[in-house]
Amino acid sequence: MSASTKDLLTKPILENNPVILQILGICSALAVTSSVKVSLVMAIGLTLVSAFSNFFVSLVRNFLPGSVRIIAQMIIISALVIVVDQILKAVAYDISKQLSVFVGLIITNCIVMGRTEAFALKNPPVPSFLDGIGHGLGYSALLIVIATFREIFGAGKWFGIQILPVATDGGWYIPNGLLLLPPSAFFIIGLIIWALRGWKKNQVEKEDFKIAPNSIKTQEIA
Amino acid sequence: MEHLLSLFVKAVFIENMALAFFLGMCSFLAMSKKIKAAIGLGIAVVVVQTVTVPANNLILTYLLKEDALAWAGITGVDLSFLSFISFIGVIAAIVQIMEMVMDKYMPALYNALGVFLPLITVNCVIMGGSLFMQERDYHFSESVVYGLGSGVGWALAIVVLAAVKEKLKYSDVPEGLRGLGITFITVGLMSLGFMSFGGISL
Repeated sequence: MSASTKDLLTKPILENNPVILQILGICSALAVTSSVKVSLVMAIGLTLVSAFSNFFVSLVRNFLPGSVRIIAQMIIISALVIVVDQILKAVAYDISKQLSVFVGLIITNCIVMGRTEAFALKNPPVPSFLDGIGHGLGYSALLIVIATFREIFGAGKWFGIQILPVATDGGWYIPNGLLLLPPSAFFIIGLIIWALRGWKKNQVEKEDFKIAPNSIKTQEIA
Repeated sequence: MEHLLSLFVKAVFIENMALAFFLGMCSFLAMSKKIKAAIGLGIAVVVVQTVTVPANNLILTYLLKEDALAWAGITGVDLSFLSFISFIGVIAAIVQIMEMVMDKYMPALYNALGVFLPLITVNCVIMGGSLFMQERDYHFSESVVYGLGSGVGWALAIVVLAAVKEKLKYSDVPEGLRGLGITFITVGLMSLGFMSFGGISL
């Protein structure tokens, strides 16, 4: 694997994570993460759609007039999402019920559209395909981390297997119900951003306003 | 009538698109730096949502549902698997038409909405509204109310967030949390506040 191929696949996971840095595709990252199983299915679905839509858009990029490119990308993406949705309904009906509208919302997931627009329109099919997979993986990684956290501490389970014995069944762990509710996803994502930026300082955003040092205090000290 | 009113309240507060279903988060976070921009985007979403959800409802009832084509003499056809592609097509077309109509007849409003209109095509709130409408089998009148309600709820959330963020600019946030991080925490707290509406049963 050459260096550039590796970059395409791994860069989006930590250094340029689509959710954390580029603020893309957050809707579903939050909504489906109350259990790991559902998140995994969603992550696989998005990765496939992202990879293949990049691939197909890149195939037709030289025949695509600029004025209709958005609608053409939309059609390609929604056709792929329909395929994913139909497969899910046939193979894993329960999970597709739990995901409800969020499979359909892959169409408007900014990661997919953002990558076809920013990468696939300018690059040949194979790198585009890898770029799609890379960004899908970045999204998946974040989704699984959040879901793991929420499911273990919210229900004491991981992939539906009991990890922490819950108090209601005679164990010692009292599940934190808040983690199963929507707001917790926001808190967890905020904290993950904090942790990641504490580690990789170059991702820290610039301040809009610099707070002046407290003048009274400095005088007192002097 | 009462049923429609409670559907509206439910769509605005209890099932707030942004804070309970996380829809339209991308523009929700990116566009909430200034209250003015937030209001513009909010209005655009309300307008587009109120038009597209009922339009998609009609498409669904008369073209896509099982045996929906009976009026054309075709029976036994179920096209509902095409709903995603037709919804997004309808949304893109309506946004485009609205843009042209506004440009011609309402230039003031067009200038106010400006760049937000084309962005709305890829906003998950709009698509999500139509998909929820399909999942919950809303009638036409319900879909009008639901479209309006969910749009208003989203607009309310983004304006409130923009107001909070304008004040937040002057606070001393820890380095790594600056910008996106603290926005997420703020939205989480707002979402927690909106959860309290969940206790209302309508």
